[in-house]
Amino acid sequence: MIPLSWYLVLSAALVCIGVFGVISRRNAIAMLLGVELILNAVNINLLAFWRYMDVIHVTGQVFTIMVITAAAAEVAVGLAIFIAVYRNKRTIAAEDVADLKG
Amino acid sequence: MILDQVIFLITAVVVLTAAILVVSVPKMIHAALWLILALAGIAVLFVLLQAPFFAVVQVIVYIGAIAVLVIFAVMLTRKAMQDDGPQLNRYSVLAAAVSLMLFAVLTGMLLSWDGANNLPVNPAVNPDTIVNLGESLTNPQGFLLPFEVASILLLAALVGAIYIGREHRAGKEEE
Repeated sequence: MIPLSWYLVLSAALVCIGVFGVISRRNAIAMLLGVELILNAVNINLLAFWRYMDVIHVTGQVFTIMVITAAAAEVAVGLAIFIAVYRNKRTIAAEDVADLKG
Repeated sequence: MILDQVIFLITAVVVLTAAILVVSVPKMIHAALWLILALAGIAVLFVLLQAPFFAVVQVIVYIGAIAVLVIFAVMLTRKAMQDDGPQLNRYSVLAAAVSLMLFAVLTGMLLSWDGANNLPVNPAVNPDTIVNLGESLTNPQGFLLPFEVASILLLAALVGAIYIGREHRAGKEEE
Protein backbone atom coordinates (compact mmCIF):
# COMPACT_ATOMS: atom_id res chain seq x y z
CA MET A 1 0.00 0.00 0.00
CA ILE A 2 1.02 3.58 -0.54
CA PRO A 3 1.59 5.60 2.65
CA LEU A 4 -0.45 8.78 2.96
CA SER A 5 2.77 10.76 3.35
CA TRP A 6 3.76 10.03 -0.28
CA TYR A 7 0.67 11.80 -1.56
CA LEU A 8 1.18 14.70 0.85
CA VAL A 9 4.82 15.20 -0.14
CA LEU A 10 3.96 14.98 -3.85
CA SER A 11 1.22 17.59 -3.53
CA ALA A 12 3.50 19.82 -1.42
CA ALA A 13 6.08 19.66 -4.21
CA LEU A 14 3.41 20.46 -6.82
CA VAL A 15 2.20 23.46 -4.80
CA CYS A 16 5.76 24.79 -4.53
CA ILE A 17 6.38 24.38 -8.27
CA GLY A 18 3.11 26.19 -8.92
CA VAL A 19 4.03 29.02 -6.52
CA PHE A 20 7.37 29.40 -8.30
CA GLY A 21 5.55 29.61 -11.63
CA VAL A 22 3.04 32.20 -10.38
CA ILE A 23 5.76 34.43 -8.89
CA SER A 24 8.43 34.20 -11.56
CA ARG A 25 6.82 33.83 -15.00
CA ARG A 26 6.42 37.03 -16.99
CA ASN A 27 3.69 35.70 -19.29
CA ALA A 28 0.30 36.11 -17.63
CA ILE A 29 -1.03 32.87 -19.15
CA ALA A 30 1.97 31.01 -17.68
CA MET A 31 1.00 32.39 -14.28
CA LEU A 32 -2.46 30.85 -14.76
CA LEU A 33 -0.79 27.51 -15.51
CA GLY A 34 0.96 27.79 -12.13
CA VAL A 35 -2.42 28.36 -10.45
CA GLU A 36 -3.72 25.24 -12.19
CA LEU A 37 -0.83 23.21 -10.72
CA ILE A 38 -1.62 24.52 -7.23
CA LEU A 39 -5.32 23.67 -7.53
CA ASN A 40 -4.52 20.17 -8.78
CA ALA A 41 -2.23 19.63 -5.80
CA VAL A 42 -5.14 20.66 -3.57
CA ASN A 43 -7.33 18.08 -5.30
CA ILE A 44 -4.75 15.33 -4.70
CA ASN A 45 -4.63 16.29 -1.04
CA LEU A 46 -8.42 16.35 -0.64
CA LEU A 47 -8.89 12.96 -2.28
CA ALA A 48 -5.95 11.44 -0.36
CA PHE A 49 -7.40 12.58 2.97
CA TRP A 50 -10.82 11.33 1.88
CA ARG A 51 -9.33 7.93 1.04
CA TYR A 52 -7.31 7.57 4.24
CA MET A 53 -9.53 9.23 6.84
CA ASP A 54 -13.16 9.60 5.85
CA VAL A 55 -13.95 7.08 3.15
CA ILE A 56 -17.49 6.50 4.47
CA HIS A 57 -18.66 10.04 3.76
CA VAL A 58 -18.51 11.92 0.48
CA THR A 59 -17.48 15.29 1.96
CA GLY A 60 -13.95 15.13 0.51
CA GLN A 61 -15.30 14.36 -2.94
CA VAL A 62 -17.80 17.25 -2.77
CA PHE A 63 -14.94 19.59 -1.84
CA THR A 64 -12.96 18.32 -4.83
CA ILE A 65 -15.91 19.04 -7.12
CA MET A 66 -16.09 22.60 -5.76
CA VAL A 67 -12.36 23.11 -6.36
CA ILE A 68 -12.66 21.85 -9.94
CA THR A 69 -15.65 24.19 -10.51
CA ALA A 70 -13.77 27.17 -9.11
CA ALA A 71 -10.73 26.30 -11.24
CA ALA A 72 -12.80 26.11 -14.41
CA ALA A 73 -14.47 29.47 -13.68
CA GLU A 74 -11.13 31.07 -12.82
CA VAL A 75 -9.46 29.88 -16.02
CA ALA A 76 -12.36 31.01 -18.22
CA VAL A 77 -12.51 34.52 -16.74
CA GLY A 78 -8.72 34.82 -16.47
CA LEU A 79 -8.07 33.93 -20.09
CA ALA A 80 -10.88 36.25 -21.23
CA ILE A 81 -9.26 39.09 -19.26
CA PHE A 82 -5.82 38.35 -20.73
CA ILE A 83 -7.18 38.24 -24.27
CA ALA A 84 -9.00 41.55 -23.68
CA VAL A 85 -5.75 43.03 -22.30
CA TYR A 86 -3.85 41.73 -25.31
CA ARG A 87 -6.41 43.27 -27.65
CA ASN A 88 -6.12 46.68 -25.99
CA LYS A 89 -2.44 46.86 -25.06
CA ARG A 90 -0.79 44.36 -27.44
CA THR A 91 1.06 42.80 -24.52
CA ILE A 92 0.63 39.72 -22.35
CA ALA A 93 3.54 40.33 -19.93
CA ALA A 94 2.20 40.75 -16.41
CA GLU A 95 4.54 43.64 -15.50
CA ASP A 96 3.33 45.76 -18.46
CA VAL A 97 -0.24 45.71 -17.15
CA ALA A 98 0.22 47.91 -14.09
CA ASP A 99 -2.38 50.62 -14.73
CA LEU A 100 -4.08 49.96 -11.40
CA LYS A 101 -0.81 50.24 -9.48
CA GLY A 102 -0.92 53.18 -7.07
CA MET B 1 0.71 -4.21 -2.99
CA ILE B 2 4.18 -3.30 -4.16
CA LEU B 3 2.88 -2.74 -7.69
CA ASP B 4 0.87 0.22 -6.37
CA GLN B 5 4.02 1.84 -5.06
CA VAL B 6 5.92 1.34 -8.32
CA ILE B 7 3.06 2.89 -10.31
CA PHE B 8 2.84 5.76 -7.83
CA LEU B 9 6.56 6.50 -7.99
CA ILE B 10 6.68 6.43 -11.81
CA THR B 11 3.60 8.69 -11.97
CA ALA B 12 5.04 11.04 -9.36
CA VAL B 13 8.29 11.41 -11.30
CA VAL B 14 6.36 12.09 -14.53
CA VAL B 15 4.04 14.62 -12.84
CA LEU B 16 6.85 16.51 -11.10
CA THR B 17 9.04 16.59 -14.22
CA ALA B 18 6.16 17.83 -16.33
CA ALA B 19 5.24 20.43 -13.69
CA ILE B 20 8.81 21.76 -13.53
CA LEU B 21 8.86 21.99 -17.33
CA VAL B 22 5.50 23.85 -17.27
CA VAL B 23 7.03 26.65 -15.22
CA SER B 24 10.44 26.67 -16.94
CA VAL B 25 10.21 26.05 -20.70
CA PRO B 26 10.43 29.29 -22.70
CA LYS B 27 7.82 28.40 -25.33
CA MET B 28 4.30 28.86 -23.99
CA ILE B 29 2.78 26.26 -26.30
CA HIS B 30 5.23 23.68 -24.93
CA ALA B 31 4.33 24.69 -21.38
CA ALA B 32 0.65 24.08 -22.19
CA LEU B 33 1.46 20.64 -23.63
CA TRP B 34 3.54 19.72 -20.57
CA LEU B 35 0.61 20.83 -18.41
CA ILE B 36 -1.52 18.24 -20.20
CA LEU B 37 1.01 15.52 -19.28
CA ALA B 38 1.02 16.64 -15.64
CA LEU B 39 -2.80 16.63 -15.53
CA ALA B 40 -2.91 13.14 -17.07
CA GLY B 41 -0.49 11.92 -14.40
CA ILE B 42 -2.74 13.38 -11.71
CA ALA B 43 -5.65 11.46 -13.26
CA VAL B 44 -3.58 8.28 -12.75
CA LEU B 45 -3.11 9.26 -9.10
CA PHE B 46 -6.88 9.61 -8.75
CA VAL B 47 -7.26 6.06 -10.05
CA LEU B 48 -4.71 4.89 -7.46
CA LEU B 49 -6.81 6.65 -4.80
CA GLN B 50 -9.82 4.63 -6.02
CA ALA B 51 -11.69 7.73 -7.13
CA PRO B 52 -12.42 6.75 -10.75
CA PHE B 53 -15.09 9.43 -11.11
CA PHE B 54 -12.49 12.12 -10.51
CA ALA B 55 -10.04 10.51 -12.93
CA VAL B 56 -12.73 10.83 -15.62
CA VAL B 57 -13.60 14.39 -14.54
CA GLN B 58 -9.90 15.26 -14.62
CA VAL B 59 -9.59 14.05 -18.19
CA ILE B 60 -12.81 15.72 -19.37
CA VAL B 61 -12.63 19.05 -17.52
CA TYR B 62 -8.89 19.67 -17.24
CA ILE B 63 -7.41 17.96 -20.29
CA GLY B 64 -10.48 18.29 -22.49
CA ALA B 65 -11.61 21.82 -21.64
CA ILE B 66 -9.08 23.84 -19.65
CA ALA B 67 -5.99 22.70 -21.57
CA VAL B 68 -7.67 23.40 -24.90
CA LEU B 69 -8.75 26.83 -23.62
CA VAL B 70 -5.17 27.59 -22.56
CA ILE B 71 -3.80 26.47 -25.93
CA PHE B 72 -6.30 28.71 -27.73
CA ALA B 73 -5.30 31.66 -25.52
CA VAL B 74 -1.61 30.97 -26.17
CA MET B 75 -2.17 30.92 -29.92
CA LEU B 76 -4.28 34.10 -29.84
CA THR B 77 -1.53 35.97 -27.98
CA ARG B 78 1.37 34.53 -29.95
CA LYS B 79 2.90 37.77 -31.17
CA ALA B 80 2.82 39.53 -27.81
CA MET B 81 5.76 37.76 -26.18
CA GLN B 82 8.50 36.46 -28.39
CA ASP B 83 9.49 33.01 -27.25
CA ASP B 84 13.21 33.82 -27.34
CA GLY B 85 12.95 36.72 -24.87
CA PRO B 86 13.36 36.29 -21.10
CA GLN B 87 10.43 34.37 -19.69
CA LEU B 88 11.26 34.79 -16.00
CA ASN B 89 11.16 38.14 -14.22
CA ARG B 90 13.93 39.51 -12.02
CA TYR B 91 12.51 37.84 -8.93
CA SER B 92 12.98 34.32 -10.26
CA VAL B 93 15.94 33.42 -8.01
CA LEU B 94 14.08 34.75 -4.97
CA ALA B 95 10.96 32.87 -6.08
CA ALA B 96 12.92 29.62 -6.35
CA ALA B 97 14.34 30.16 -2.86
CA VAL B 98 10.89 30.89 -1.43
CA SER B 99 9.41 27.81 -3.12
CA LEU B 100 12.18 25.55 -1.83
CA MET B 101 11.76 26.94 1.70
CA LEU B 102 8.00 26.46 1.48
CA PHE B 103 8.55 22.87 0.34
CA ALA B 104 11.00 22.21 3.19
CA VAL B 105 8.59 23.64 5.79
CA LEU B 106 5.56 21.79 4.41
CA THR B 107 7.41 18.47 4.16
CA GLY B 108 8.89 18.86 7.62
CA MET B 109 5.48 19.58 9.12
CA LEU B 110 3.73 16.77 7.26
CA LEU B 111 6.35 14.15 8.13
CA SER B 112 6.40 15.17 11.78
CA TRP B 113 2.67 14.31 11.95
CA ASP B 114 2.26 10.68 13.04
CA GLY B 115 -0.80 10.11 10.91
CA ALA B 116 1.10 10.75 7.69
CA ASN B 117 3.08 7.55 8.10
CA ASN B 118 0.94 5.40 10.32
CA LEU B 119 -2.58 6.04 9.08
CA PRO B 120 -3.75 2.75 7.55
CA VAL B 121 -5.48 2.95 4.20
CA ASN B 122 -9.17 2.24 4.55
CA PRO B 123 -10.35 -1.09 3.22
CA ALA B 124 -11.84 -1.15 -0.23
CA VAL B 125 -13.97 1.84 -1.13
CA ASN B 126 -17.72 1.31 -1.15
CA PRO B 127 -18.70 0.79 -4.80
CA ASP B 128 -21.80 2.93 -4.16
CA THR B 129 -19.64 6.00 -3.56
CA ILE B 130 -20.66 7.58 -6.86
CA VAL B 131 -24.33 6.95 -6.09
CA ASN B 132 -23.91 8.47 -2.63
CA LEU B 133 -22.08 11.44 -4.13
CA GLY B 134 -24.84 12.09 -6.64
CA GLU B 135 -27.57 11.74 -4.02
CA SER B 136 -25.81 14.02 -1.54
CA LEU B 137 -25.47 16.70 -4.23
CA THR B 138 -29.25 16.75 -4.72
CA ASN B 139 -30.20 16.29 -1.07
CA PRO B 140 -31.25 19.47 0.81
CA GLN B 141 -29.83 17.86 3.97
CA GLY B 142 -26.59 17.20 2.08
CA PHE B 143 -24.78 19.45 -0.36
CA LEU B 144 -27.62 20.88 -2.45
CA LEU B 145 -26.84 24.49 -1.49
CA PRO B 146 -23.11 24.38 -2.36
CA PHE B 147 -24.03 22.57 -5.59
CA GLU B 148 -26.43 25.35 -6.60
CA VAL B 149 -23.95 28.05 -5.58
CA ALA B 150 -21.34 26.34 -7.75
CA SER B 151 -23.70 26.35 -10.71
CA ILE B 152 -24.37 30.07 -10.20
CA LEU B 153 -20.60 30.61 -10.04
CA LEU B 154 -20.21 28.81 -13.37
CA LEU B 155 -23.03 30.85 -14.91
CA ALA B 156 -21.48 34.09 -13.65
CA ALA B 157 -18.08 33.04 -15.02
CA LEU B 158 -19.67 32.20 -18.38
CA VAL B 159 -21.43 35.57 -18.65
CA GLY B 160 -18.34 37.41 -17.41
CA ALA B 161 -15.99 35.64 -19.81
CA ILE B 162 -18.26 36.36 -22.78
CA TYR B 163 -18.69 40.01 -21.78
CA ILE B 164 -14.98 40.60 -21.16
CA GLY B 165 -13.80 38.59 -24.12
CA ARG B 166 -15.97 40.05 -26.88
CA GLU B 167 -14.84 42.95 -29.01
CA HIS B 168 -16.57 46.19 -28.11
CA ARG B 169 -17.35 47.25 -31.65
CA ALA B 170 -19.93 49.83 -30.63
CA GLY B 171 -17.36 51.70 -28.55
CA LYS B 172 -14.87 51.71 -31.40
CA GLU B 173 -17.36 53.20 -33.84
CA GLU B 174 -18.05 56.09 -31.51
CA GLU B 175 -14.38 57.05 -31.37
